[in-house]
Amino acid sequence: MPRLNMGLIFTMHSNAVDGSPSCEDLNTCLGRLPRFIARVQVQLRPSVLDPAGEATRAAASRLGVNGLQKLRIGKAVELELEAESAATARQQLSLLCDRLLANPVTENWSLELEELAP
Amino acid sequence: MTIGIVVFPGSNCDRDMAWALEGCLGLASRFLWHGDTDLAGVSAVVLPGGFSYGDYLRCGALARFAPLLKEVQQFAERGGPVLGICNGFQILTEMGLLPGALTRNRDLHFRCEPCELRVAPGNSQFLKGYAPQALVQFPIAHGEGCYQCDPDTYKALDQGGQIVLRYTKNPNGSQGDVAGLSNAQGNVLGLMPHPERACDPLLGGTDGRLLLQNLLS
Repeated sequence: MPRLNMGLIFTMHSNAVDGSPSCEDLNTCLGRLPRFIARVQVQLRPSVLDPAGEATRAAASRLGVNGLQKLRIGKAVELELEAESAATARQQLSLLCDRLLANPVTENWSLELEELAP
Repeated sequence: MTIGIVVFPGSNCDRDMAWALEGCLGLASRFLWHGDTDLAGVSAVVLPGGFSYGDYLRCGALARFAPLLKEVQQFAERGGPVLGICNGFQILTEMGLLPGALTRNRDLHFRCEPCELRVAPGNSQFLKGYAPQALVQFPIAHGEGCYQCDPDTYKALDQGGQIVLRYTKNPNGSQGDVAGLSNAQGNVLGLMPHPERACDPLLGGTDGRLLLQNLLS
């Protein structure tokens, strides 16, 4: 099952022609690393039983909300981090998702990453 | 010969285990703090039941990163006996010492009751002396004991004789009635039921004694 790594990345770019940092990139001028906000979505793999989701779906019909064909419960994790670049941030977060936030035996994850304005 | 019992914040069967080993079986044990980096020369390691790190994130997910567990991993890979009970089994799967995962019980209930198991000892060092197909009774006490793995893994476990304990009446929805798994080498065993609660006749049975004695076999 392929992982869904749909990421929206908005990166600040240096305008310097010679490759030296421009002071339009405030983070670089202040010697700070760029900050990113990330949202990780952890979902049970489709083949994995979700008894809590099923029980919640049953409760929905008792509430009078009918027609729910599917209800699967996952987790959302919000993170903020500093990293040299979006690529580095993504690499670090992928490691985190693979090794800690999700159990690859039962769960898939997806990641949205966005650079915060300085 | 001493048996090490790893203590995490949130472990609650560590003292039961020490009592079973020392009080019932006369085996020396010592507690090992999860933050230590040294197994202190023990001959076997037990990961006891409980709620390590409050079961935050997933059962066993945070315990896996405890400094001592790096040592436990190496100890197991060198052939040292490692027994994970209940939360200990969950930790073993999170560590990758055993395949698959333990998930929420199918009926969502926390099940706390005596449970009959069928033993298929295979090459598990912990089940030496139990007759093949023997029926034993150990109590269970868990909310997340539903074993799941992908079909290929299950087939390999089944054909490799690694499914060494199965429920006769499945209490939690476990795939293939899995109650306990051995690694291929036989020196790592993870099980949801509690053999340490089946060592004193006062508690209704002593079927777990042999399993714990085998820690030092």
